[in-house]
Amino acid sequence: MAEWEDPQGAANSRDSAQSKTITRRRFILGVIAGGAAVSAASYRFLAPPSHGRSGSSGAGERLITLMVNGKPRHVDVMKQETLAFTLRYKLGLTGTKLGCDRAECGSCTVLIDDVPSYSCSVLTHTVRGRNVTTIEGLAAPDGTLHPVQKGVVDEQGFQCAFCMPGFIMSAVGYLKKNPNPTRAEMAQGVSGNLCRCQDYTKILDALMRGAEYTRRA
Amino acid sequence: MTEMAAVEIAKAEDQKPRPFGAGYKLIGKDYSTNDLVAKVTGTAKYAEDFRAEGMLFCRLALSPMPHGRVKRINAEKALAMPGVRGILTPDEVPGHANYVNDNGTMIKADRFSELALADEPMYQGEPILAVAAVDELTCAEAIEQIEIEMEPLPFNTDPLDSLRPGSANAREEGNVWVPNAAPSRDSHLEAVKWTDDDFAVEKEGKMPMGHAPEEWSYGDVDAGFRNAALVLDETFSTEDVSHQCLEPRTTMAYWQNGKLYLYTGTQSTMQTVPAIARWMHMPEDKVVFVSEYTGGGFGSKITGAQTLVIPALLSKKLNAPVMMRISREEEHFIGRARPGIRARTKVGFARDGRITALDMFLVSDAGSYGSNGDGGACAQITSLLYQPPAMRWRNITVATNTLPRSAQSAPGGMQAIAIVEPILSKAARKLGLDQVALRRVNCPEGKAEFGPPRPDGKRGYVTSCFLKQALDEGARQFNWDARVARQPKRVGSKVRGLGVALSTYHGGTSGFDGLLVVTPEGRVQIYSGIGNLGTEAFIDVHRAAAEVLDVPWEAVDIIWGDTSKNLPYSCHSGGSQTIHAMTRAGHAVGLECVQRLKEVAAKSLGGEAADYEVANLRVARKGGGAGMSFAQAAQAAIKLGGIYDGHDVNPQVNGYTKHSVAQLAGTGLVASARDTFPHDGDSFSFLACFAEVETDVETGKYTITDYLGYADVGTVIHPAALGGQILGRSTLGIAHAIGQKWVIDPQYGVTVAERFYQNKPPTILDVPVDMKWNALNIPDPETPVGARGCGEPPVGGGCSAILNALSDALGDNIYQRVPVNCDTILTSFEAGRPMQNPLLAHI
Repeated sequence: MAEWEDPQGAANSRDSAQSKTITRRRFILGVIAGGAAVSAASYRFLAPPSHGRSGSSGAGERLITLMVNGKPRHVDVMKQETLAFTLRYKLGLTGTKLGCDRAECGSCTVLIDDVPSYSCSVLTHTVRGRNVTTIEGLAAPDGTLHPVQKGVVDEQGFQCAFCMPGFIMSAVGYLKKNPNPTRAEMAQGVSGNLCRCQDYTKILDALMRGAEYTRRA
Repeated sequence: MTEMAAVEIAKAEDQKPRPFGAGYKLIGKDYSTNDLVAKVTGTAKYAEDFRAEGMLFCRLALSPMPHGRVKRINAEKALAMPGVRGILTPDEVPGHANYVNDNGTMIKADRFSELALADEPMYQGEPILAVAAVDELTCAEAIEQIEIEMEPLPFNTDPLDSLRPGSANAREEGNVWVPNAAPSRDSHLEAVKWTDDDFAVEKEGKMPMGHAPEEWSYGDVDAGFRNAALVLDETFSTEDVSHQCLEPRTTMAYWQNGKLYLYTGTQSTMQTVPAIARWMHMPEDKVVFVSEYTGGGFGSKITGAQTLVIPALLSKKLNAPVMMRISREEEHFIGRARPGIRARTKVGFARDGRITALDMFLVSDAGSYGSNGDGGACAQITSLLYQPPAMRWRNITVATNTLPRSAQSAPGGMQAIAIVEPILSKAARKLGLDQVALRRVNCPEGKAEFGPPRPDGKRGYVTSCFLKQALDEGARQFNWDARVARQPKRVGSKVRGLGVALSTYHGGTSGFDGLLVVTPEGRVQIYSGIGNLGTEAFIDVHRAAAEVLDVPWEAVDIIWGDTSKNLPYSCHSGGSQTIHAMTRAGHAVGLECVQRLKEVAAKSLGGEAADYEVANLRVARKGGGAGMSFAQAAQAAIKLGGIYDGHDVNPQVNGYTKHSVAQLAGTGLVASARDTFPHDGDSFSFLACFAEVETDVETGKYTITDYLGYADVGTVIHPAALGGQILGRSTLGIAHAIGQKWVIDPQYGVTVAERFYQNKPPTILDVPVDMKWNALNIPDPETPVGARGCGEPPVGGGCSAILNALSDALGDNIYQRVPVNCDTILTSFEAGRPMQNPLLAHI
C-alpha cells in the first residue's frame, strides 16, 4: 500500500507530519482494532443538521478531488478511508455494495482506470488522478444501458442482485482485456465475485450476451 | 378430488412434457421483470441505501462467550463521549407477551424465544447492548469504553456430547426439546442423558441411539427388514450451514406522528408487519414497513427479527432516525443457519431395489433458542420421496450454545435427501442395479402418500407427482445410459463418477388475496404484498391475473415494497409457497376483475354482464358491438361506487386487504379477491438431479463436470426465473456437499469460521460453466394455473447428486459426513474406510 501522499501541495499543514506514517501495517491494525471502524469512520454526513457536537471521527479529513464517472468530485476524506465508503456515504453512489468489507465477495467492485478493483480495500486518497467508474457511470447520459447491462436485462440475469453491480463492473473490466471470451474465460474473469443466490449459469448467460452486445457496439 | 383431477391422475403415466407457455399469452414466456433496470443501474434501494435527516448509526456489543449472564453494565464513559447519543440495554427491550394479529390469530408468548438484546446470552455473538452515535466509528469507540461484567455459565456446543452422562446442558432448564402432549404443538425443555451402554456402539463408528422423545411409524417395519434381500445400516451427518446472505442485515427506523417507519430487507412484505408489531408490542396499523429489494434470504429473513427491533427501539428512545448495518462477522452470528443432523438410517431392499422398510433415528441440533422442525420434516420428505411401505422415525432435538437455527432452503428436506440418497446408490451397487433404475422402482407417483397416519387414520398425500417422467426425461437429456457405458472410468489418477438423486419439498399453500386497480387512465395496477428477495415471484405471479384479464404486460404496473402503498395480504415467501399460493390469488383477482368489468359495462351500456367479454384492454359485447375501454370502465366504476371502486369490499378477503381496499377506494375499478379454490392434497414439487464428477485420487481434488436438474413443478410461469431457482438452489445444495461447514472450538465454545474465506459458498469456478435445467410443464390438476413453487426442492438433489457421483467414482468407503473435501478423499481413499469422524460437531 502506498504511503499517504501529499494531496494537493501545501494546503495540508494540519496533520502532514503524521499523515506520512500510514503504512499498510498500520492500516490493517486500525481495521482490526476498530472492527468495522474504518468503514464506520466515513459513515458520517458532511453537515449533520441537528447533532451539535460531532463525533470523534471528523479529525484528519482533507479535501481531495476524485474523478468519478467522468466528473471531478471534491470530497473530504480521511487518510484511512476506503473508496467504497467515499463512494457510498459521501458521494451518494450507493450502487456500489458492501457485502463483506474485506475483499472476499467482490460486491464493491469498481473500475479504476478500467481495471476492476475491490473498492472496500482501496484507500480513497490513492485514486486521486485516476478514473473511477461505478455502476452508476455505465449507462449513457440519456439512459441507454451499457451493452453488459443490456445483456443482463435481456437474459434476466441474477436474482437478489446485491452482487450484480460488482459482477457487472468485473465483466466490463474483463471485456476490455478480452473482448471475445469463452464461457470458461468469462467465468475466470468474474471469479473474484461471489453470488449467494448461486445463479451462476444464468449470470454467465447474461454476461456472455453482454460480451456479444459489447463487440457489436 | 375434483372430477377433472381424477381424470388427470388416471392418466398420470401418460402425461408428457409440454412446451413452456403453450396455450398462454404471458404464462410460460420469458420477459424482463419490472425491477431489473433499477438493479443493473445501481438505483435499486436496499435497506442500507436509504437515508433520513439527522440519522444516527448504531452498533452492537456481542457476547464474547457461548453462555453467560450480564452482571453489570457501566456505560458512563461511553455516554460522555462526543457524538454518542445513547445506549440500549436488555432491560429496555419488550419481553415475551401473547399477541393477536389483525386476522385474529393468537400467537402465544414463548418464554424460550430470543429477545432483541440478551442479559443471559445463549451463544457467542448474541447481542447484549447497542450504542447509537453520529457515526459508526464513534459507536465502535464507545463500545470499547463500556464495561460489561459477565459471569460465565456452563455450555455445550455439540448435541451428541450434550446427551453424554454428566455433560453440561445448554440451558438451565435442560438440553432436549420434548413435545407437549397433543393437541399442543409446542415443546418444553427437559434434561435427557443417554447411558454409557447407549454410547458403546460409537467405537464401531455407528451413531448411538438412546431415548428419543419423538417417534412415529407406519406399516410392519420388522417384517420389512426380515423380507429384505439387503439391509444397510448407515451413520451419516449433515453439517450446519449459515445462510450468509450477501447483504448483511440492515435496518433503518424512525418515528413520525406515533407511527414506526421501518426499512429493511425481508422475504415477505405484508407478513413482516405483524412480526414487527409483535416484537415491538405495538398495534399493526402504527407500522409502515418498506422493503423494496432484499439481498438474499434463503429462509433467514422470512419476517422480522431482532435486527429490526434494535434500531426501532433506539430511534424511539433518542427521537432520531437510527440505521443499523451489521458487519460480515456479526452476520455470521445473528444471521441464522441450517441445523446439522446426525442420522442412523437402516434401509431394507428387495432384489429389484424396492425399499421394504426404513428406520431413521435423528439427533437434530436446535441451537440456542427454541426447537425446530427440521427433524420432523426430514422424516416426512423421506417417506414421500422414497415411498417405503413401512417406516419408523425417531428424533431427539437438542439445545446447544450455538447460534439460533432457522429454516434454510428445504429445511429438513435437504438433510433427508443427503442422508438417504447415498444409501440408495450404495444399495444399487450391492444389488448390481443401475442408480436410475433403483430410484424408478421407489419413485412416488400420482397422489403419493407421505408421513404417518393422521388422527383420522389416513395418511397425507400430494396434489400430484410426475417425478417418474422427470427421472426418465432427465436421464434421456443427460445421456445417462451412454455415460454409464463410457469406459474406462479411470484414466491415470482421474476417476469419473455419475450420480443421480431424487428431490422434493413443499410447493405451496393457499388462502391469500389478490388486489388490483384498473385506473381511469386505463392502466392495470397490481398490488404485491410479496417480498422481493430475488426470485422474481413477487412479479411473476401477477402474470396469472394479467393472463385472465387478457391485457398486454406493458399495460401493467406492479406496486410493491412499501406497506403504506396499500398492499394485499400475501403469503410468506418461504417454503416455496409463493408461486403456488399467489398465482391462485392472482387468478382469483383476475376473474373477479373480469366479472366487475362486465357488470360495469352492462350497467353502462345495457344488457347482462354475461353478454360481455374482456380482451385487449376493452370490455365489449361478445361478437362485436358496444364496448368500453378499461379507462372508460374505470371512470364508470368510480361513478357507480360501492363494490366497483372499493367503497365496498369483497367480504371474503383477509383483514389486511380490507384496510388496503379502503385506502384505494375511489381510485378506479378496485378488484380484490381471496383464493378459495379447493385443492385435494398438499402441494409438493419434485426434481430428478444428475451429476458427473471427475476426481483426482492423488490430490483428492474433484471437479463437477456436468449437472442437470429436471423439474416437476407444474406449469412453468417464468422460465428464466425457474431456471435460476433450479440451478441456484441446486448449487446451494452442492455447497453442502463440497465445502461449507462451521468450525467451533469445543473447549471455549467460540467459532473460528465466521467469514466468507473460512466458510466459503461456491464460486463460479466450483460449478460447471453450463449447468442444465428443464421442466415437464405438466400442470398440477389441483390449482387453477397449475403452478407450484421451486425454491426448496432442488437443494437436496443438488447435494446428493454430487455425493452419489463421488461414491460412484471412489466407492462406498469415503465419507460418512458432508462436506466431502480434498482431505476426506485423500485420507479415506488410501485407508479404504471413512477417516472423518461422523459424530463430532463443527470440525
